[in-house]
Amino acid sequence: MAALDTLSPDADYEEAERRAIRRRRVVSVAVPVGTAVALILLWQAGVRFFEVPTYIAPAPSDVAGAFVAKSDVLIMNFWPTLIEALSGFFVGNMAAILIAIGFVHSRNIERAFFPIAVFVNTIPILAIAPILVLIFGPGLTAKVVIAALICFFPTLVNMVRGLESVSPQALELARILSASKAEVFWKIRLPSSLPFLFSALRIAATTSVIGAIVGEWVGADLGLGALIIDSTFNFNSPLLYATVFMSSGLSVLLFAAVALTERLVIRW
Amino acid sequence: MHAPAAASLKAASVRFGSFTAIDNLSLEIEAGSFYTILGPSGCGKSTMLRLVSDLIPAASGEVSIFGKTTEAARLAREFAFVFQDATLLPWRSALKNVELPLEVGRKRGIELPVGNRSPRELLELVGLKGRENALPHELSGGMRQRVAIARALVCQPKLLLMDEPFGALDEMTRDHLNLQLLEIWRETGTTILFVTHSIAEAVFLGQKVVMLAAHPGRLREVIDIDLPEPRTIPMRDTAEFTRYSARLRELLETC
Repeated sequence: MAALDTLSPDADYEEAERRAIRRRRVVSVAVPVGTAVALILLWQAGVRFFEVPTYIAPAPSDVAGAFVAKSDVLIMNFWPTLIEALSGFFVGNMAAILIAIGFVHSRNIERAFFPIAVFVNTIPILAIAPILVLIFGPGLTAKVVIAALICFFPTLVNMVRGLESVSPQALELARILSASKAEVFWKIRLPSSLPFLFSALRIAATTSVIGAIVGEWVGADLGLGALIIDSTFNFNSPLLYATVFMSSGLSVLLFAAVALTERLVIRW
Repeated sequence: MHAPAAASLKAASVRFGSFTAIDNLSLEIEAGSFYTILGPSGCGKSTMLRLVSDLIPAASGEVSIFGKTTEAARLAREFAFVFQDATLLPWRSALKNVELPLEVGRKRGIELPVGNRSPRELLELVGLKGRENALPHELSGGMRQRVAIARALVCQPKLLLMDEPFGALDEMTRDHLNLQLLEIWRETGTTILFVTHSIAEAVFLGQKVVMLAAHPGRLREVIDIDLPEPRTIPMRDTAEFTRYSARLRELLETC
């Protein structure tokens, strides 16, 4: 009996603790969602109350209507942008990773090419996009190159830092074990760089979408970027807003994919 | 003709630029013994271990391990090194970390000495049975250091170099690991060179204490510790133990 008596307050306490944790979790979701819903309602009420013309600012209900009515157009323009962003993501990051490996391997390569990489990075993407469209034509290639270019620099810098983040003692250990340069790279440097690489890939996941859309602005008849230009010029604001939400949805999708991969790969 | 010394330094010096880290150091490390190295900061304790383990070259003089050059000894995996922090690869499990020395170096034609204990048995020897798949961040500081010791033993080294391996651990863990290390030493018959900055640890572990002096780093004295084997924790309260400690403290002050 005595044992039970001393146990029950503990159990009560644990139950209360669990309930408090559950409440905190609900609150942490409810607050941001509630705020977003409230802002959308405010937007709807404002547009209706002040009788703002639809072409200046559509009400959320108009945007939702466009989503439903123009879903085929939106989807049709979604795929090219997804493909361009993904291709640019892979090309740009692959190039950055390989060049970072070259930099870490040889100081001379770094001395030769790093200033050029910095220079390219200082050119605004909007300024270089027309040049690339002129070079590569109005097809897919130019958009992939623009998306790749925008991913390239953050990944290069992070990857170099990651490959150099190995502790001096780990390198001493490698030397005592008479490890070859290749072994040091595959078994120590490359895994050490992964957390740095993934923080760069998170950035690239969203910027590659920006690159693809900017590329489509300059010259394309298909893609979310082209649809944005098109609906702007036609004063089709509900479709414009729906396209913008679609673009941001694409970024969120790519970001989530990277974050999920990171969680699976990096367990330390 | 007797067996070659585990390590032999003959008038060895180490210089970094114009700075002399170790000056004219001569020392013979008897095979199978437990040596502790003690000295004030800047006496080149760690430098001496790095000299012996072929991490830094001697500016002059000679260093040999079991009669071989340090490079030949490194390629033959005659010695292993335990660092002050465990230096585990954080993405590898405890077991995978212990297996690392068996995976690297083969391309250079190194014939890996096969220890008589598997990595799994070594983890058991250091008291980590059941934690084979734990990642380093899931282990305590003491456990991580025990993984590092198991990794050092995997190629059955004849000489074990330890650079303040327990320096960052709390007193209780340190006592425990000291006893465990002595057991491993008795059982494997390896030679141990153990750098420490704790007088008590130096006396407790060492059969001989190598006292170095600073600026420049040089040999001060080698003191035999004639305490009965096996050493036990209560031995640290005996008058004999205290006498050794007092003697070393006195020496340390004049280094």
